[in-house]
Amino acid sequence: MKKIDRSSKVRTGFHQAKWDEPVIFELSKHGERGILVNKADPKVAEAVEGVNALPEFLKRKEAPALPEISQPRVLRHYARLAQETLGADVNIEIGQGTCTVKYSPKVNDQLANLPQMREMHPLQDESTCQGIMEIMYNTGKYMCEISGMDRFSFQPSGGSQAILGMASLVYAYYKSRGEEKQRNEIITTIYSHPSDAAAPHVKGFKIIYLHPDENGYPDYEAFKAAVNEHTAAFFVANPEDTGVYNKNVLKFTKLLHEAGGLCAYDQANANGLLGVTRARDAGFDMCFFNLHKTFSTPHGCGGPACGAVGCSKELEKFLPAPLIGFDGEKYFYDYETTNNPSAIGKIREFNGVAPVVLKAYAWIRSMGPDGLYQVAKTAVLNNNYMFKKLMEFHCVDAPYIPGKQRIEQCRYTLETLAKETGVGTADVQRRMMDFGMHYWQSHHPYYVPEPMTLEPTETPSKEDIDEYIETLKYVFDEAYNDPEKVKNAPYQSVCHQLDESNMDDPAQWAVTWRCYLKKFQ
Amino acid sequence: MKHLGLIVNPIAGMGGSVGLKGTDGVAAEAARLGAVRHSGDRAEKALRELLPIKDDLCVLCASGEMGEALARKLGFPNVQVVYRSEGETTADDTIRAARAMEGADLLLFAGGDGTARNIYEALGEKTVAIGIPAGVKIHSPVYAIRPEAAGKLALRYLEGKCRRTQEAEVVDIDEAAYRDGRVSTSLYGYLMIPDERDYMQHGKAPSPVSEHAQQESIACDMVERMLPDTYYLIGPGSTTRTLMDEMGLPDTLIGVDLVCNKKIVQMDLSEQEILKRLSEKPTHLVLTPTGGQGYLLGRGNQQLSGRVVKKIGKENIHVLATKEKLFHLMGRALLVDTGDEEADRLLCGYTRVIVSYHEEQMCRIATE
Repeated sequence: MKKIDRSSKVRTGFHQAKWDEPVIFELSKHGERGILVNKADPKVAEAVEGVNALPEFLKRKEAPALPEISQPRVLRHYARLAQETLGADVNIEIGQGTCTVKYSPKVNDQLANLPQMREMHPLQDESTCQGIMEIMYNTGKYMCEISGMDRFSFQPSGGSQAILGMASLVYAYYKSRGEEKQRNEIITTIYSHPSDAAAPHVKGFKIIYLHPDENGYPDYEAFKAAVNEHTAAFFVANPEDTGVYNKNVLKFTKLLHEAGGLCAYDQANANGLLGVTRARDAGFDMCFFNLHKTFSTPHGCGGPACGAVGCSKELEKFLPAPLIGFDGEKYFYDYETTNNPSAIGKIREFNGVAPVVLKAYAWIRSMGPDGLYQVAKTAVLNNNYMFKKLMEFHCVDAPYIPGKQRIEQCRYTLETLAKETGVGTADVQRRMMDFGMHYWQSHHPYYVPEPMTLEPTETPSKEDIDEYIETLKYVFDEAYNDPEKVKNAPYQSVCHQLDESNMDDPAQWAVTWRCYLKKFQ
Repeated sequence: MKHLGLIVNPIAGMGGSVGLKGTDGVAAEAARLGAVRHSGDRAEKALRELLPIKDDLCVLCASGEMGEALARKLGFPNVQVVYRSEGETTADDTIRAARAMEGADLLLFAGGDGTARNIYEALGEKTVAIGIPAGVKIHSPVYAIRPEAAGKLALRYLEGKCRRTQEAEVVDIDEAAYRDGRVSTSLYGYLMIPDERDYMQHGKAPSPVSEHAQQESIACDMVERMLPDTYYLIGPGSTTRTLMDEMGLPDTLIGVDLVCNKKIVQMDLSEQEILKRLSEKPTHLVLTPTGGQGYLLGRGNQQLSGRVVKKIGKENIHVLATKEKLFHLMGRALLVDTGDEEADRLLCGYTRVIVSYHEEQMCRIATE
């Protein structure tokens, strides 16, 4: 028997299942069924009105165009798709910078899957769900302690919805003062998340972007020039996607408050800040946390999540109802803000995604205050270990404050690699997939040329980080020795070489199957 | 059968190999210093990419080193010489050869910024073209990032895999000034190129929507801002052209047009005509940076002089630019050089640039 060779950390033997699976609508076969439901017993049919109970205008004229498909074919379809994913449990999640993909303890999933939680209905009488209400109430208190804010809502089911919630708070605040028409501009930065511009835009605000100064901080002089009587708020992340922490942030919030504006902090990812800085102390009037990032609930691939929005006492009356109150004996749904005509109203039904809040609560309790601080320290340490190692590569650079540490993530540039080999960051991404590794470039549009954004979080061990770095180095070496190999990737992974022509033309987009059929069939 | 125009500027790039920062007017000196011709080699790298469709292609070319020799060397079966040059080729040969290729499905040309100017002079925006980078100066985004990329994009375009086209700037540096250590680019016109960012110079600013879609969004914003009974001077550029398109108006791509109540008042105004108009109504000026270096004023729009700018006032100047264009400036300021220090000073500082519908970026204006 030969000794197993483990000298290289790069998983060159990785090979992902690839099924060329059609879209489920294409699998549909007229008349095929998963379950044949028996006709109702005549006595039952007589006892209930069935669809006749529905008013005429609610009844469909035609059956919905759902795929008609048998159970084994449905199972096979989704089992195949599942094999084509690269989940957090099978790869070292470092490559999805800004997403804070950390290990989410399985025990918390089990908690959320207990029948008491799983079978609860949000319309149950509050006397029957005091347990989860207590958990939500307390989680809100923890959020207040972590951020310095006075009240939180768990209604938004994602980060962008939370930003829309903050934009709605800003609008409600000025509406209550009769200034909503005058205060119609929101300032943000090009390195904040694109939703910091997009969501307020949806709310009707005009967006003003700031470029960074030579150190990577938002340009303060440009900020001063941008602030005027129309400025409603400043929406910003800190650190931004570059990982550079704006140490002058208090100057920004002070200036805006003097001009009558509000300050909103995008803390979707607060992993490097837990127990270190607080939004309120930096002069912000509101903030939000993605519980599915920093608080380990975890990411749901577009599924249920939570963007917890918090604000100062002054803005509390505009939060969406219901909030959860406690009268000293029992927890209750607090609908008081519905009496305020300026309040923002509901962002989504009920009071947020309860199992997500439960998982965040369990995680916070298991960590404790010292543990949360340790999370921030470890995440920053991991990131800066990786930063230092990667900056030793000739083809890797990072814009701004050379030699100084980043917080929990870093946006690198592979511009040198692209110039010297013709291999760009998109090529590196596809090649990394061949070794079972996620890799992410940047939000669009790219402001850093050939960007690469990595975020190790507190989860990976030194060995994990070294494996990721060694895999990257393997790809960089390939780029110099055999660039076509990298440019033609992937070979072992399921992802495709996308034909990106026309992808940026809205006229060519088809975001639903029905739209695709209309445009291209 | 598709028709491919092929023009190789045989002396392109020679000056660079002997440190002359360009070849315009100094080809003989470059040759005396030992410069070798390499534009043919670069054109060959591009043309090789088209070999898979050689039987379905008719190559229209100029004689000898200007393209014919290369097409025959690579074995293209259908080669048609549409222009014959004699002796050492000049810019005039490039212009005449390009004119003879009008109507080709695509024109591939190897050279630098000077060659691109010649192609523009010959064909304007009538023929879709791709530049094979072979010259000393490659500032015009009509050039591909590498010769192979030019060939690959040509193949995609001729096979119908890339159908969209867009205007791309033809800019050039004043070589005499450049040799003296001064960089001064000017906009000379636009060529139509296949619209695929990954292959072209200045193309690497991935954005969720195309540059043209961004321009349309900017135009919607600007139209919404326009006040009644007010003059709007529309400066040169493809972004301002989209604004005119949005209003259903014709435009002068590298001139200044005057609009009022969304109707054309006058086209292609001179400085004197502009100054005369300024006394008639309140006037605003709409500008977009041009010429690669981000010049707002002083390059290709000299009719917008210092006197004009001072009369209009900074508060009545609207700057439009796609996010992509600002990305290429990499944080550098937008530049003004009207030749009037007072006017330039007036413009310096931060301004709001319209980058999309109800979206602006704060940008610095400076003189250098």
